[in-house]
Amino acid sequence: MIKKLFSIITIVLFMLMVLPLITGIFPFEELSPVASHYVSEGADELGAANLVTSVIVTYRGLDTLGEVTVLFIATAGVGFLLRREEDMPDFSEKPQTGAAGAASDKGPGPEKKSGMGKTPGPEKAPVVRASLRESSELLLSGSMFLFPLLVLFGAYIFIHGHLTPGGGFQGGVVIASAMLLLMLARVSLHLNHLVLSFIESLSGLAYVAIGIAGIFLAAGFLDNRILPLGDFGTLLSAGAIPVIYSLIGLKVGTELTNILITMRGEEQS
Amino acid sequence: MKIVTIIGFLLVIIGAWGMLTRKNLIRIIIGFSIIDTGIHLIIVSIGYLQGRTAPIIDSTVDKATAVLRVVDPIPSALVLTAIVIGLAITALMLTYAVRMFREKRSLYIDDYKELKW
Repeated sequence: MIKKLFSIITIVLFMLMVLPLITGIFPFEELSPVASHYVSEGADELGAANLVTSVIVTYRGLDTLGEVTVLFIATAGVGFLLRREEDMPDFSEKPQTGAAGAASDKGPGPEKKSGMGKTPGPEKAPVVRASLRESSELLLSGSMFLFPLLVLFGAYIFIHGHLTPGGGFQGGVVIASAMLLLMLARVSLHLNHLVLSFIESLSGLAYVAIGIAGIFLAAGFLDNRILPLGDFGTLLSAGAIPVIYSLIGLKVGTELTNILITMRGEEQS
Repeated sequence: MKIVTIIGFLLVIIGAWGMLTRKNLIRIIIGFSIIDTGIHLIIVSIGYLQGRTAPIIDSTVDKATAVLRVVDPIPSALVLTAIVIGLAITALMLTYAVRMFREKRSLYIDDYKELKW
């Protein structure tokens, strides 16, 4: 009861804290000076029809590099925390040499986990896999039909990021959802971790390399004018923006696919 | 005073309430996601200008009059960043939940007393 009271007090204080968001902020009548510069000059300076993209990729390009880094670190964290025990033999031995209570806590763990299968054993991975049944015909055919379309749509979104709504992150997520559909339909599917990590590292490296090329060939880090701006509103315009967004799309797509593979768990071999 | 700002505000409050009162780890993470969504709505609504269109220059919005006809592009860019980072944080939190479940076979927050005083 007292805990509930504390929760209510916290919520009320929190409401008071964020209340100025509703009462104190009035809608702008016109764009702020920075935004009006981006809108009025951005199209001529950078050649991107989608002004949000020009803000994300070039004007605030460093933020986006930081964002990609955060995503990378999160992926690394997911992979680190969910790694299989047989990959790290010294880690799984630690609870046995530690306190007796910890060892007895640890004891029933693997048995319960494999209890859904046939018999509790040291190798839990094959047991889990044996308990998975095949996907239905409907899901298999549907995923086979949708998978190429989804990948194509994702690629379309990130290649056209400078012209239409969308961009590298959205396109990458669409590609990752295509991979998720494939994983749902084919439970025993094995995606090559190494190839995915290779694509991810290579696109990240190329992104930073393009950014550094901007220092030498154009005005500064991540400047998109290292390539000719081209005709406004066409696919091959806006300098390096389509290149950067394609790299981000590949990186995000492979990164999220890696998260999905890791989260799918032990049946992965 | 805009309806989207108020909805975002309410979502932040609901999410904070969920995070404070729920005992299940998954529900706490859902509360975090709700707060996240509310903050996105608030940021987008701050950048919105009444009666204007998306900041994309095409046949209907030309370069010369774009300043008077489009919304602020900066909050949209910031929200994109926030969405991606929110996704990454949610994935990481769910991973922690999986990891904690592996240790004690429980998602109930009261079973974890190590950091309690």
